[in-house]
Amino acid sequence: MRRLLTVMTLGAGTLFAQHSFTPIDVEDGGRLYRANCSICHDAQGDGVPGIDLGHGKFRRAKSDDDIATIIRTGIPGTAMPPNNFTDFAALTIVAYLRSMAAATATTTSGGNPARGKTIYEGKGNCASCHRIRGVGARIGPDLSDIGNLRLAGELERSVVDPNAEILAQNRHFRAVTKDGATIIGTLLNEDKYSVQLLDSNGRLVSLMRANLRESAFVEKSPMPSYKDQLTQQELSDLVSYLGSLKGVEIP
Amino acid sequence: MKYLLPALITTTLWGQITFDRILNANKEPQNWLTYSGTTLSQRHSLLTQITPLNVKNLELQWVFQAQSLEKFEATPLVVDGVLYTVQAPNDVVAIDAATGRIFWVYSYAPSPEARTCCGRVNRGLAILGDTLFMGTIDGHLIALDSKSGRPIWNVTVANTAAGYSLMHAPLVVKDKVIVGTAGGEFGIRGFLAAYNVRTGKEAWKFYTIPGPGEPGHETWSGDSWMHGGASVWVTGSYDPQLNLTYWGVGNPGPDWNSDTREGANLYSDSVVALDADTGKLKWYFQFSPHDDFDYDSVQVPVLADMEWKGQLRRVMLWANRNGFYYVLDRTTGEFLQGKPFAKVTWTTGLDDSGKPVRVATANPTREGTLVYPGVQGATNWFSPSYSPHTGLFYIDTWENYSSVFNKLPGDYVEGRRYTGGAPRSPVPSLRGTQVLNRTEEEGYGVVRAFDPKTGVRKWEFKMADVTGSGVLTTASDLLFAGGREGYFWALDARTGAELWRASVGGPVDSGPMTYEVNGRQYVAVSAGNVLFTFALRQ
Repeated sequence: MRRLLTVMTLGAGTLFAQHSFTPIDVEDGGRLYRANCSICHDAQGDGVPGIDLGHGKFRRAKSDDDIATIIRTGIPGTAMPPNNFTDFAALTIVAYLRSMAAATATTTSGGNPARGKTIYEGKGNCASCHRIRGVGARIGPDLSDIGNLRLAGELERSVVDPNAEILAQNRHFRAVTKDGATIIGTLLNEDKYSVQLLDSNGRLVSLMRANLRESAFVEKSPMPSYKDQLTQQELSDLVSYLGSLKGVEIP
Repeated sequence: MKYLLPALITTTLWGQITFDRILNANKEPQNWLTYSGTTLSQRHSLLTQITPLNVKNLELQWVFQAQSLEKFEATPLVVDGVLYTVQAPNDVVAIDAATGRIFWVYSYAPSPEARTCCGRVNRGLAILGDTLFMGTIDGHLIALDSKSGRPIWNVTVANTAAGYSLMHAPLVVKDKVIVGTAGGEFGIRGFLAAYNVRTGKEAWKFYTIPGPGEPGHETWSGDSWMHGGASVWVTGSYDPQLNLTYWGVGNPGPDWNSDTREGANLYSDSVVALDADTGKLKWYFQFSPHDDFDYDSVQVPVLADMEWKGQLRRVMLWANRNGFYYVLDRTTGEFLQGKPFAKVTWTTGLDDSGKPVRVATANPTREGTLVYPGVQGATNWFSPSYSPHTGLFYIDTWENYSSVFNKLPGDYVEGRRYTGGAPRSPVPSLRGTQVLNRTEEEGYGVVRAFDPKTGVRKWEFKMADVTGSGVLTTASDLLFAGGREGYFWALDARTGAELWRASVGGPVDSGPMTYEVNGRQYVAVSAGNVLFTFALRQ
């Protein structure tokens, strides 16, 4: 319930959200958006003049259903084509647009990515937990393409308040074996009898549940808050650098 | 000290599977670190827990069902309990080698422009450090983090729209990863290229068809060299003492109409020995000059050291698609021996230099000519094995196999098939059928064991159908192989006696391999769309 509420409040922008979505729905919507919409509308949502999807600025739509209808039927006489989505798929895109509007709210701007890289590698010591294109540790999420996945506001929030939102795939999992060994890592896969982890030592391990004394997701992020560690300018630089990470270029 | 530090950090981050470990893969037989087991490519394991006496107790441990209907041709790698394989065409999967549970899947969607002659397949991966390397059917080479499946770099090796593709497991030599390009049925100009493992930057490139001014260019008439094929689609080998890397080269194109490409067509249907640091040609040996039967020499070069006529020699054993097996000196390329291992009618035999003497009437014609072996060859890309323990060389063979080769006209059009014919055979080329209804005279599969020193056949194990399986031997004198009819067998490597079989319910189109986790030896093979693993009953 807590998760549902979070997403509903994200919609409190220009329009009120009329539907409930899980974080997974929002992610699915994001994937559909990037695959189908961002060619014209851009990753940030402001690729078409007069429209700024990322800030909840629409020309014609009033409600979620209006937007979903436009996504599905297109707008005759304009470059907006019809799309072969189900109602629900179209609504997940709406959910993504709502979350984008919330996430673009940021205090950082004008950051310098080159300076941000220096902070990442130096003062922030980020590579002791994170990995970018094969360099760094694997304790936290791989950041190689984080600029494609997260918007500036989300990146900023994760740096200053790592516990504000932890994506499901980034939760840490802690297991204690019957002989007393503690293993902490990212949960990769699980079934009724076993769990598969990438542990904090960078090893792929598969554990039988029957051999575990206890196991659970770790509630809190192991990442420290950088709220008081970085100046506003440094935070802007770091967020700008993270936003510039677009994954491995496919030639 | 100040200068040492960066080097130390690099070592730490890049510290896992060193090239030294790959060179000494036999010292850790629990792992399978390169396509053919070691860089000598004998597909021979030193694991001995499973023996001729207890192999009857082998039983299924787990299976991995690929989400793919393509042939499952990959040989897995196993590194410290983690098995890496490729779900066709180009999804990399990391699996717990003891239980079969999946750690991660890297999904790669190849360009819809990708063209392959014979299936959207992949034969496996290479590893160095904690980086995996995969060639894709759309001509890319991709480096992945072995722990997370995250891409590290992605480079274009060749233009997929012109029919180039990458099929085989790359080969790591020192700080380079080597790949060659398939596409021999699309009028490519084949090449091998080496890339820096860290950056993906090209280090050298060797064209398997010499360009103007290069030695061998004169073996192609007119402009035929530009679209002469000579593809590479099976992993080569490496000799660390000689620092040479050996690769088999595919057919000249168009395959069955050689009118436009007079000459020997170097280095098609050859083995090339290249300096691993520079890609410079050290020597070559052409098995089938001016081939018009599609007898790719795309086999795994098996390297062995053995006493040869009273002296220890570094040799290369080669069972060729053209129906002969060869022993070459791998320092110089000198031809030592060559004998047929299956029915052959295109030649009367090899001369003293190893060159085949062609039968004048055995050529593709407009009406068609019956020739043995047929278009898929007496063997093909699937791995042979050499056991230093038995001293025997094992070849998965198609016997009594023929095709009617015809010849058709056709011009080169980029990205289109450029083959000059359409051979017919009683044996289906690639997949076979789900029912078998054929006489032995129309072709069958057989594992044959030869003494490479004398050329004497020691034993054979006949199947009903043909086979796309490789052969694995172990130091406990077991031999594992499968067939298209859906069995996977364990044989006595000394006698060929059947010791065990599993019904895998689909064609075996891959090389078996073996590994050990937590003190338990496993044997893995893919058949149909499934990877099977077996171990002794506990």
